[in-house]
Amino acid sequence: MKNKSSKIKKQLLGLRFVDGLIFKIILYALLIIVSFVYLFPLLHMLSYSFKSLEDLLNPMIGQVPSKLYFKNFTDAYRTLAYFKTMGSSLSVTLLPALIQTFIASLVGYGFARFEFKGKKIWLLLVVMTYIIPPQVVMIPRYVLFHQLRLLNSWLAIVVPATFGQGLNSAIFILIFYQFFKQIPKALDEAAQIDGAGRIYIYFKVAIPLSIPSFITSFLFSFVWYWNETYLAGLFLGGKVKTLQMRLQSFVSEYNAIFGGAAADFANEAIRMAATLLIILPMLIIYFILQRWFIEGIDKAGITGE
Amino acid sequence: MKLTKQGRENLFGYLFIGIWIIGFLWLTAYPFLMSFVYSLNKVTITGSEGIRLEAVGFKNYLNIITTDFDFINNLKGFLLDVVVFLPTILIVSIIIALMLNQKLKLKGFFRSVFFFPVIISSGPIINELLKQGASITPEFSGGVFSNAFFEASPLLSSAFFHLFSQMVIVLWFSGVQIVLFLAALQKLDKEIYEAAEIDGANIWESFWKITLPTLKPMMLVASVYTIVFLATFSNNKIIVQIQRVMFDTQKGYGYSSALAWLYFIVVSLILLIAFLLFKPKRERRKR
Repeated sequence: MKNKSSKIKKQLLGLRFVDGLIFKIILYALLIIVSFVYLFPLLHMLSYSFKSLEDLLNPMIGQVPSKLYFKNFTDAYRTLAYFKTMGSSLSVTLLPALIQTFIASLVGYGFARFEFKGKKIWLLLVVMTYIIPPQVVMIPRYVLFHQLRLLNSWLAIVVPATFGQGLNSAIFILIFYQFFKQIPKALDEAAQIDGAGRIYIYFKVAIPLSIPSFITSFLFSFVWYWNETYLAGLFLGGKVKTLQMRLQSFVSEYNAIFGGAAADFANEAIRMAATLLIILPMLIIYFILQRWFIEGIDKAGITGE
Repeated sequence: MKLTKQGRENLFGYLFIGIWIIGFLWLTAYPFLMSFVYSLNKVTITGSEGIRLEAVGFKNYLNIITTDFDFINNLKGFLLDVVVFLPTILIVSIIIALMLNQKLKLKGFFRSVFFFPVIISSGPIINELLKQGASITPEFSGGVFSNAFFEASPLLSSAFFHLFSQMVIVLWFSGVQIVLFLAALQKLDKEIYEAAEIDGANIWESFWKITLPTLKPMMLVASVYTIVFLATFSNNKIIVQIQRVMFDTQKGYGYSSALAWLYFIVVSLILLIAFLLFKPKRERRKR
């Protein structure tokens, strides 16, 4: 009897507390609660986006709509000019992200592979560019771009990315720096003995090896550009409108299209539908490629100081 | 012409990082200095291309400190955000990372859930969610960086409300940090814990003596990331003000440059404090 109770106790509490059953239950309960809090805004968005005006006004209707009301989505779709706007969104996110990733790999490789004079100082300056708030350099850059007539076009976003001064460029340079440092130099030396030049080695040896870093960097770069509205708003001057910017001005654009009659205002449900439409592409990308996002942080070597 | 080995290293090194150096000088260093110059001037736009500077010394700065209550209030709100959010985000993400580091089924699923907000949190989206009251607590204050509570009630209780009303936001902003801490935890050798156990340490002691010290370098990285994120998030009232003032005919580029520089100094100080708190201790080599 005594033996049995001690056995139960052992199962519940484990040898050390952390492998017992009680610990497991608490752990899962906590994780599920926290996950719910994380996902709640999404669920809320989903349920509200299907509510008709009657559902919104009816206090008896809680989180779940009485029937699926799709007009919210078609209205939001029209107001956002969805696919057209997505095109301009892509033009100021996809291209800068691609260029930024390539330049970051080039610069990261330079830092990792060559012992040139002044390397430490330049590396420190790379880190500094991450810490300086963009607001400090933004105004003179704006004047500069105005004089060069780069404002209000996608060039205003692409040019900084091309010169390694794009959004969070420093992070990507450091990712590639860390990654290339881990690759043994012997690999390069072997190629050199075979008569390959330094630039040839970069393209034929280094890039193929760093494909995972490329993918992760590109994804993050893409997502950050996609979500960035502050600098894009300034440099694109409202001429190129991204989906995020249209969400910012959603109410007034809705009124412009639908006349803003009393019964026809951009209610919560329509706004939630618009929000959902905007995050949908990102959610799909994340759903398919999530391991590149999360494991990328691990493997690309951000974490290896 | 034959180059020495060092010469070749220099040549190729600068060849590879050259484009960055050009960009740095042209698009970062020069604007950085120019914005300081602007901040000491009254800047007027003449015609379509020209720009006229009129030296006013530190008048812009003086005006901000003595009369710009908007800025002072926004700054207070930002400081409150950092003081409340930074420790909370660090603690929450360490706890979640510790939970994920246990033997778990569905580990991948939970990890994906905790990371997904990173993919979709943009200023307008967060705004939209807050407007709808999608955060679980009813008494949310209306904006991520709102300081309404700060003004309405005493400091301590205000910090408390501020925190709970925005718990969802805290969680949503913790995605990257969780993965950073998780990576650090996974690098930890399990044998250290076993050795500690044999020496008689319990779980509690192992946590304080082994786990936390291991995470310390990552705390610095996570803090810097969090501070920079909060400082540049597009809903941050200060940076919104800086952009608005740029196009204010009375104040213009000079005044907003001065705002930006003051803000830069404040952010640098916060980063410095974080660095001093979490800086790696020099290990003594000799015994």
